[in-house]
Amino acid sequence: MSKKAKKSPIFLFVSEEKEPLFSKKNRKLVTDPLNDDNPITVQVLGICSALAITVQLKPALVMALAVMAVVALSNVVVSLIRNIIPNRIRIIVQLVVVAALVILVDQVLKAYSYEVSKQLSVFVGLIITNCIVMGRLEAFALGNGPWKSFLDGIGNAAGYGIILIIVAFFRELLGSGKLFGMEILGHKGVTLAESTGLYALGYENNGFMLLPPMALIIVGIIIWVQRSRNRKLIEKE
Amino acid sequence: MDYINLFVKSIFIENMIFAYFLGMCSYLAVSKTVKTAVGLGAAVIFVLLVTVPANYMIDNYLLKPGALSWLGEGYADVDLSFLSLIMFIAVVASMVQLVEMVVEKFAPSLYGALGIFLPLIAVNCAILGGSLFMQTKDFASVGESAVYGLGSGIGWFLAILAIAAIREKIAYSNVPAPLRGLGITFIITGLMAIGFMSFMGISL
Repeated sequence: MSKKAKKSPIFLFVSEEKEPLFSKKNRKLVTDPLNDDNPITVQVLGICSALAITVQLKPALVMALAVMAVVALSNVVVSLIRNIIPNRIRIIVQLVVVAALVILVDQVLKAYSYEVSKQLSVFVGLIITNCIVMGRLEAFALGNGPWKSFLDGIGNAAGYGIILIIVAFFRELLGSGKLFGMEILGHKGVTLAESTGLYALGYENNGFMLLPPMALIIVGIIIWVQRSRNRKLIEKE
Repeated sequence: MDYINLFVKSIFIENMIFAYFLGMCSYLAVSKTVKTAVGLGAAVIFVLLVTVPANYMIDNYLLKPGALSWLGEGYADVDLSFLSLIMFIAVVASMVQLVEMVVEKFAPSLYGALGIFLPLIAVNCAILGGSLFMQTKDFASVGESAVYGLGSGIGWFLAILAIAAIREKIAYSNVPAPLRGLGITFIITGLMAIGFMSFMGISL
């Protein structure tokens, strides 16, 4: 980037290096966070909300989408204004940008899917303090152009969403025998004779999966599986 | 009696970490040694104790539907509750700035040890979560919200103290390589959360 380009405001909207929109480097921004650089299991960001709302798949999916919208858009906004934010007050500026976006998402959720919004309760508001958002703003958006920041936001939110969905899948399937609220393992009647599917064979739901501690243990197991397949992620002592 | 009940409930039964997983990021990152964990825990207690009552007053005298009626009849049906998120986070961020300055002045070694995590208390979910839960719980007085803030802070402090002590000891154990560090911490936290579930139903 030449000095002249830096002064004109238009440079913000022009791709800084001449490369195609979906170059290999840009694709890596999206695919890396899915596995090697996963925000939850590797960067340890955004765990707070990840665990509390994974009892069922539907809220988990909605939460993943909400986080994706906030991360991607806040990345773009902060990346656009990154050269005019004074360094000392950047945290406050970022918080204001994120808070405004989260209020938007919250209002949209309340308008179009009130039930899920009730289920998520305070956790929509807590997207503001979701470490993924601030972490990516600090680590990426402050140093890169808007398009790249957008891709980075999408990628990281997708990595977050994948873990959320895996955890919610096991918790809902094993805990209540349902997926997205549909009875997958058959219907559980009051007596054995009234039950169908697996329940007719005497299968019981594991109510323990619905309790908060199991979310932690499932994430622990996901980390275990991921790191034994991908040994370069193992922590040194 | 209500206060004691609320206090015990917010420490043990509705523990920020074990029941709601709030503040997990700094909980996982700063729990490697007991000393830094104690420092961060104390800072969290203080910030929660101040921000929850402050936000309670903001919510009740400025934001809630009808909260502005002390200004006069015309303001009785103004509803500003959609602004609560941004007001709460502003209070939290300014309080954290204050704590940061105090710690830097009086405990420079702790300041160095906490590093980036001190300003990050501002984005610690436990702090904002405390205010948001306060909003959903509809406390009757400022006193109740202060007790709730103090209790949640102490609960968070206990949790990070316990995990830091365990992690100091676990360094000597032979953990499977892929579980080392983050993985085993998650599983231990899960087991501790199961332990804390035994407090459920206690009321004084």
